[in-house]
Amino acid sequence: MSVIAPEAPPQSPLVDKLRAFFRSPLAVLGLVMALGFGLVAVLAPWIAPQNPYDLMQIDVMDARLPPGAENFAGDMVYAMGTDGQGRDLLSAIMYGLRTSLTVGIGSALIAGAVGTLLGLIAAYAGGSVDALLMRLVDLIMALPSILVALLMLAAFGRGVGNVVLVLVLMEWAYYARSARGQALVESQRDYVEAARGLGLGSARILIRHILPNCLPPLIVIGTLQIARAITLEATLSFLGLGVPVTQPSLGLLVSNGFQYMLSGDYWISFFPGLTLLCAIVSINLIADRLREVFDPRALT
Amino acid sequence: MTTGVWLLRRILQAVLVVLAMSVIVFVGMHFVGSPVDVLLSQESTLEDRERLIRDLGLDQPIWIQYVNFLVSALHGEMGRSFVYNTPAVTLILQRLPATLELAFAALILAVVIGVPLGLFAGLKPNNPLARLITTGSILGFSLPTFWVGLLLIMVFSVQMGLLPASGRGETVRFLGAEWSFPTLDGLRHLILPAINLSLFKVSMVIRLTRSGVREVVALDYVKFARAKGLSPLRIVRMHILRNTMIPLVTVLGLELGSTIAFAVVTESIFAWPGAGKLILDSINALDRPVVVAYLLVVVTLFVTINLIVDILYRILDPRVRIGGGAR
Repeated sequence: MSVIAPEAPPQSPLVDKLRAFFRSPLAVLGLVMALGFGLVAVLAPWIAPQNPYDLMQIDVMDARLPPGAENFAGDMVYAMGTDGQGRDLLSAIMYGLRTSLTVGIGSALIAGAVGTLLGLIAAYAGGSVDALLMRLVDLIMALPSILVALLMLAAFGRGVGNVVLVLVLMEWAYYARSARGQALVESQRDYVEAARGLGLGSARILIRHILPNCLPPLIVIGTLQIARAITLEATLSFLGLGVPVTQPSLGLLVSNGFQYMLSGDYWISFFPGLTLLCAIVSINLIADRLREVFDPRALT
Repeated sequence: MTTGVWLLRRILQAVLVVLAMSVIVFVGMHFVGSPVDVLLSQESTLEDRERLIRDLGLDQPIWIQYVNFLVSALHGEMGRSFVYNTPAVTLILQRLPATLELAFAALILAVVIGVPLGLFAGLKPNNPLARLITTGSILGFSLPTFWVGLLLIMVFSVQMGLLPASGRGETVRFLGAEWSFPTLDGLRHLILPAINLSLFKVSMVIRLTRSGVREVVALDYVKFARAKGLSPLRIVRMHILRNTMIPLVTVLGLELGSTIAFAVVTESIFAWPGAGKLILDSINALDRPVVVAYLLVVVTLFVTINLIVDILYRILDPRVRIGGGAR
């Protein structure tokens, strides 16, 4: 039996993992950046210099002004310049971040919930339910995601809800596979046997006992999938099949600036793209560290 | 599992994936709407409309329509393009070589850049430059392809005027298709799109090579080779690289399919006249037969490549055969 030294109080593994996470300066940088982007996205309507989609507030006379230029009325400065309609680019980016993060985080959460639940059911039910669900997972993973997304959006039409739906349909499989694998390992453990011995119901055992122990790899996948979803959404919107023009995401802003870029007005595409890159990098830095902190061998 | 049973299962799985895609495409196209409205002129009567619906078989139950669709697809008939008025499959096959050329160029770039960098990062994990490479690969994973494409055009085409921003340039005809890479002009056109498409893969190759090298370096046979007094260069070439190559080649093979699929983005930015550009134009023009043909041709290609790579991997690496076929 192990003896716990009095000067080292027993620590929960979670605190250990958190400590390990914060030991990497890059991961902390990523976390700070991600929180910053999140804050800007949430507060955009209150902190943006103007509402870029309120036609009363934009002035066509200010179209295509370079970064740092003053507006026509002379009462504000366009820190990142303006776009082809005279919209303050900084404000457009803040609003775009809202759309991009909503789609990315929203689809990752929904796909995570659906995928985890189906994975747990597959592991617990076994037999034909398991076989059917896992063949479906194999199938979705075998299809090229961008093509299926293109086709579905061509069929459903563009829109924030449709993009989220398509991303969820493509992504739940990753969670389901991981949750199933993890749940199969956990269900062999003694504590599950003990819970069964106490006469607890299957649903309770699954959710209260097995699920918490399956979470670490799912959190890593979830973080990676947020970055992936944001990228895929931006790509689809860039191609003109993603979010509608009334709710432009960062990808659509880049696409809008494409034509001006060729004539040398680089900022209209450059700054939205840079913001997108920084947001994705910050999430990937977090995911990379989480993967190192939790058991790296449990993941592909 | 014996090889025969495994092979049979694997082929069956591949066929199922293609079938599933055909269902998705079929249902998806139903959502897009009836082709009747596109095909009929404004002056046509209700009788014209009903005749067309009968001719196209749209009055049949949906599952019969699907079977008809599948049967003609198996015969390579997926209708004529509404826009070009040529058989859709012919159109795709004409455009596919340009996409394949771009995809292969991107993969070659990924290997040429990624393997040396990954090797260095794996051999000297504590070197500051190696750390930079490893961290840089996270950046590479995060770069939005379409945005980098725009930056490349802006820097190398608009500002420096060094490289062309669109098209394939001068092509040479052989093996029944046009190719850009043999001519200087074509090569100049190929550089930017190939770099753009390869970015993600470069990061992936760096990471794979690095982790592979770090794993192999610690093994006994490498230690033994070092103890024998072999030169470090020889150890790297003969013992380390060779053994990291198998997983690398496998993953690259599997990535070929997704590179072809993702060429859609690069082709649309650089106006590269491949199949990806064609599908985007066809989606916008509601050119239904071309969309259907493209998706089925590319998915079949994708699945066939993956099948071949899986089989080769099993032949090359006996551990997989013993271990039960997991990648």
